Amino acid sequence: MSEPFDILIVGVGGQGTILASNVLGEACLIERRHVLGAETHGMAQRGGSVESHIRIDAAGGPLISPGTADLLIAFDMLEALRYRHYLADGGVMVVAEQIIVPTSAFQQKLEIPSPEAIVARLEGITLCRVDAAALAVEAGSILAQNIVMLGAASGYMPLETGSLIKAVMRCVPPKTVDINIAAFEKGMEAGETCRSA
Amino acid sequence: MVTRYMLGNEAIAHACLEANIDFASGYPGTPSSEVIDSLRAQNERQFYVEWSVNEKVAFENALAAAWCGLRALVTMKHVGLNVAADPLMTSAYTGVTGGFVVLSADDPYAHSSQNEQDSRRYAHFARIPCLDPSTVQEAHDMLIKAFSLSEEAALPVLFRPTTRISHSKSDVVFDPAGSEHREGVFHRDPKQYVVIPAHTRVLHKKLNEKQPGLAARLVELGFNSCEVRGRTAVIASGIAAAYASEVIPEDISFAKIGAYPIDEEWLAAFVRQHDAVVVIEELDPVVEEVVRQVSGGVRVFGKKNGYAPWEGELNPAAVAGILARAGVLAESGYPAPEPVADLPPRPPILCAGCMHRAAFYAIKKAFPDAVYPSDIGCYTLGLQLGAVDTTICMGASITVASGIAHSGEPRDVVCTIGDSTFLHTGIQGLLNAVYNGANMTVVILDNRITAMTGHQPNPTTGCTACGVESAPVSLDAICRACGVSFVETVDPYDLVGTIECLKAARGKEGVKVVIAKQPCVITARRAGVKRRPFGVDPEACTGCRVCVRYGCPAIEFVEGKAYITDLCSGCGVCAEICPTGAISVEVKQ
Repeated sequence: MSEPFDILIVGVGGQGTILASNVLGEACLIERRHVLGAETHGMAQRGGSVESHIRIDAAGGPLISPGTADLLIAFDMLEALRYRHYLADGGVMVVAEQIIVPTSAFQQKLEIPSPEAIVARLEGITLCRVDAAALAVEAGSILAQNIVMLGAASGYMPLETGSLIKAVMRCVPPKTVDINIAAFEKGMEAGETCRSA
Repeated sequence: MVTRYMLGNEAIAHACLEANIDFASGYPGTPSSEVIDSLRAQNERQFYVEWSVNEKVAFENALAAAWCGLRALVTMKHVGLNVAADPLMTSAYTGVTGGFVVLSADDPYAHSSQNEQDSRRYAHFARIPCLDPSTVQEAHDMLIKAFSLSEEAALPVLFRPTTRISHSKSDVVFDPAGSEHREGVFHRDPKQYVVIPAHTRVLHKKLNEKQPGLAARLVELGFNSCEVRGRTAVIASGIAAAYASEVIPEDISFAKIGAYPIDEEWLAAFVRQHDAVVVIEELDPVVEEVVRQVSGGVRVFGKKNGYAPWEGELNPAAVAGILARAGVLAESGYPAPEPVADLPPRPPILCAGCMHRAAFYAIKKAFPDAVYPSDIGCYTLGLQLGAVDTTICMGASITVASGIAHSGEPRDVVCTIGDSTFLHTGIQGLLNAVYNGANMTVVILDNRITAMTGHQPNPTTGCTACGVESAPVSLDAICRACGVSFVETVDPYDLVGTIECLKAARGKEGVKVVIAKQPCVITARRAGVKRRPFGVDPEACTGCRVCVRYGCPAIEFVEGKAYITDLCSGCGVCAEICPTGAISVEVKQ
């Protein structure tokens, strides 16, 4: 087995983190890699903060310990900051450039840090910022943001692009395959821009 | 053999198909629900599957099937086993002929539960075998053996996955579904199935006589195994064994416990080859207690002497921390980064357009100063709206309400309970409250589905687990049959009407029931119900924040004005509460 690689996907319940982790699991099957995952179900799903752990070629349990994730994919900037302590030294963070303000913050007039303030607090981390919403709309559906994010992160993972695309095709609803492939490719381009910067 | 990336609960369900299951029942409860959900959605094997109205009912149905010789499964979450504890304890006496697996999913860290109880204690209490898998693949493989073990021992087998088994995923290797079916036949045998004192004394002795061979058999079956590698040992159970395997050095001996009762002779032989033993397990010190009994002079590190936590869940870093404190590792080797502290929290919330939010709003308007006992379901999130004062277990809203009402509390008592929870264990509380003359209002939040656990159908829904049409039960008729004379059904989206009805209830003596009825927004959307979304007229909006405080996730506050996002499901309640009439369907955003 090759070196283990740990990926944490974080976001807000309803953003499609589970589908994204299923795509990674499926890509591992295609490459005959051992894969472990752990995710949030039930009560915490309802608009709350959610996390999916994916461990490629790891022996043992499905949980990534804080400070050891190789890659963190955040569908929301606030969640990127909430889970930043999971990232290992030298780890990479791929972040969607958006903040879904928690409803409780509106109700209780809590201050929400600005995107700039969040980026400042992520200093020292290799950061790839992706306008996932805009790219998903370009691809044909705002709902494809999760697949845009996978595309953007794909260059940072030890999985072949071909197997990831095949996995996307197997995991998304049949009617949305074209849109999601376009979303994945637009994400990939954004990721390449990050890596060449 | 096929390999698929599977959820733990899906792997468990598939194992049942491979083991020639013929009967499955359960009551939904996180993290157990997807087992029955997978069984009812599959078409590899035809057999009887039901969602029952509560765990006791589910247990007794499946037990009867096992008495008839079928292989049967009953599923629930750990606290559900409390509800089913009555038949559990005596089913160990009667035993079974068909394999009977009782799946009780534990929830260390209480991700979605009211407590962190340890189901392994129930197996010990009932004197039945308990299986405790450490990985998803093992859960799958163990479950197949659980059926044959149950038949061999003629006992129910408790199968205890935890959240990180049930809701973990992995590449699982499995076989096709089995094709053998059994015909259920009940063989009359009062000495076995009628537990009058004369029979049960004999059955208890028989149960005790089954014990000695059982523990050794679990070692033989490979569920409990050990390897001596040095003078210090780690003994770990369930998923903690997977975490331990990541962190223990090669010169440390390792014993893996996957089944109970633990063979004490086998364990003693292992423990006594060491100078020190560290026990790693989640929740109660079930393994540790046995280790201490057989340890002789060997030093034991665990929960009882403060080396390991009694609560919460473990992970590799936590296990490494325990080993470092016990001196097995020089240091944990894991970083201990601090999470960012000053972030706004993001708790789960009721959906945009959820009927519960509207009902709670109306309750607070009609009963501004009342005590609000509540129950278990999505609506427990009404806590954020200040309308949930107590939650302890399924069905306890009504009973806690009547208890408070009889205690002389001067304020009104208004309790809330969902349709599924009412049918689970709410009816008895209502019957009791009426019988004993309590003064209180019960609001049944009727969205026709068991929503929180993943939208399972129940007797109000109109179909069974497998999609067969069934006559929806009348909650109104049940309440009236319990003796309630004030039973009114309202549409919570009609805020004015709902508040008026609640005020009318407030003016009456005795037990009053208001049924707030509106489909769950998620099931309504799936069923194709479309309502036009609402918008805010920025000219008319004064920025008073009344709608923002309502707490709907579709309402944001941007630059001094309310703004409705595309999450809006068109319930229209915000338009009813807006004091300036700034919200309507007509406004183009």
